[in-house]
Amino acid sequence: MKLNQLSLFLENRPGRLIEPTRLLAAEGINVMTLCLADTAEFGILRLIVQNPARAADVLNAAGWAVNLTEVVAVEVPDQPGGLAEVLGVFEQAGLNVEYVYAFTLRREDRAILVFRFQEPDQAITALQASGHRVLDAERLEALVG
Amino acid sequence: MLKELWNDAAGGFHPASAPDFLPEAALKEVQLRRLRAVVQRAYDNVALFQERLRERDLTPAAIESLQDIRHLPFTVKADLRDTYPFGLFASPMSEVVRLHASSGTTGKPIVVAYTREDIEVWSEVMARTLACCSLHRGDIVQNAFGYGLFTGGLGAHYGAEALGATVIPISGGNTERQIMVIRDFGVSALFSTPSYFTHLVERAGELGIDLRELPLRVGVFGAEPWSDGMRSHIEAAAGISAFDIYGLSEIIGPGVASECPEHHGLHVFEDHFYPEIIDPETGEPLPDGEEGELVLTTLSKQAMPMIRYRTRDITAIIHERCGCGRSLRRIQRIGRRSDDMIIIRGVNIFPSQVEAALLAVEGTLPHYRIILGREQGLDQMTVEVEVTPEVLSDQVRVIEDMRERIAQAIERILGIRVGLRLVEPHSIERSQGKAKRVVDQRGD
Repeated sequence: MKLNQLSLFLENRPGRLIEPTRLLAAEGINVMTLCLADTAEFGILRLIVQNPARAADVLNAAGWAVNLTEVVAVEVPDQPGGLAEVLGVFEQAGLNVEYVYAFTLRREDRAILVFRFQEPDQAITALQASGHRVLDAERLEALVG
Repeated sequence: MLKELWNDAAGGFHPASAPDFLPEAALKEVQLRRLRAVVQRAYDNVALFQERLRERDLTPAAIESLQDIRHLPFTVKADLRDTYPFGLFASPMSEVVRLHASSGTTGKPIVVAYTREDIEVWSEVMARTLACCSLHRGDIVQNAFGYGLFTGGLGAHYGAEALGATVIPISGGNTERQIMVIRDFGVSALFSTPSYFTHLVERAGELGIDLRELPLRVGVFGAEPWSDGMRSHIEAAAGISAFDIYGLSEIIGPGVASECPEHHGLHVFEDHFYPEIIDPETGEPLPDGEEGELVLTTLSKQAMPMIRYRTRDITAIIHERCGCGRSLRRIQRIGRRSDDMIIIRGVNIFPSQVEAALLAVEGTLPHYRIILGREQGLDQMTVEVEVTPEVLSDQVRVIEDMRERIAQAIERILGIRVGLRLVEPHSIERSQGKAKRVVDQRGD
């Protein structure tokens, strides 16, 4: 049920973001969503892509340091209270969210929330117990692709 | 008929290694005989040397024992520059069969010369070096030292051939081809600078090739100082035994000293190169065991004898008998050169200290570079460190913590606050030869 997220280290200067995205484009790997965490000196680019294993190979071979992390994606209605309700589940379960990013879908009134936890399995159990839909890679691709 | 020069069995004794096991008295007799001959040769043929002896009212006859070497004047690198290109040659050009030169990164290069006999001695000491590093006939060796004016490539090449190994003269550079040849030719030993091999290991990893699964078993590394931590890293990552060798062009090139399988200091081939340790400030000789500057005298060099050459390398002589049985004295691994020293805000710093701090925090040695600059008249030191896959995290906090731990470790070792900048993998230039760890932008 977990998704593999790719993380790349980027220096905070013009043009750094384009190189890895071009590499993935050249291989025909679709980026489904991304999030950039930045500091004054560097950034961490987090990517959810179609084929994370192949994307990691492509980036590694080009000399990039790539980190693979398991994250949890949840589908929620794109309406007020959608995020708050899911966060309530984690609060109940006593789970700390390391970070979260979200995106909405073009055709449907759904939003996808991507969460990073120290204990992703506990988060998935809590979500499923409260009737939330946790996305696997296949479902995500069907929705986005 | 072929001379029966070598044993094929791994660990077999190579006859060229015989002088490594001379009894001390016999070794000293050879040293004294050769010292007197080389001093006479330099006096008769090198104007600068004769002049310096005359200034001191000395003649070659003053050398009656090995201890008398302390009366002779030192030779320094500036002497080679001042007499550029051929001023210290002791042979006419008709007897010189080879010239090498340093890269000359600062000012004029230095030129060194070899007669046919010198080349034979060089091949011999390099064969002894490689035998010391556990190589033998049947080994397939990939020589990634640069061929050309640099002494590393040809010196190692002749030595490996003299040993009877199969040599691949690939020279430095083109890392992907190097990796392909290691794999396809079943290479069992590789020669290069340690920094280049680190780069090669990293590249192999990126290409999905596990060097530990290949027949490669020995790495022979030299031409720059490298730490024991870097050795552990290289040995574990490539599944090899890594040997440190030492030499310098002014003396002969590689082949001056070598580690043996004990990996505790480097045996000096002192039947050809006489080592002394001196106090670098006063020039006074220091007893075995004390740390100081290494001074070398070439005992058998024909074309370009070097008498008491100051190497600028800091080490100590280990007098105790080695477990490998060689009677040759050893020098400690050279961790620093007095030339490498950086003075920043009045504090003396060696790049090896920064290396030690990085190893302590990361467990492996990332690529790094030291940048010296000046802001409002004050010296600033910034260390750039590449982010490796091992330490990369998806969380900013984890990376910031690591940066702080490295900065603190450096501060603890150096005693001064330095800037620390994390940079992308491969953003620091890889050298094909000696690594350039320090960039001084202070402009004076």
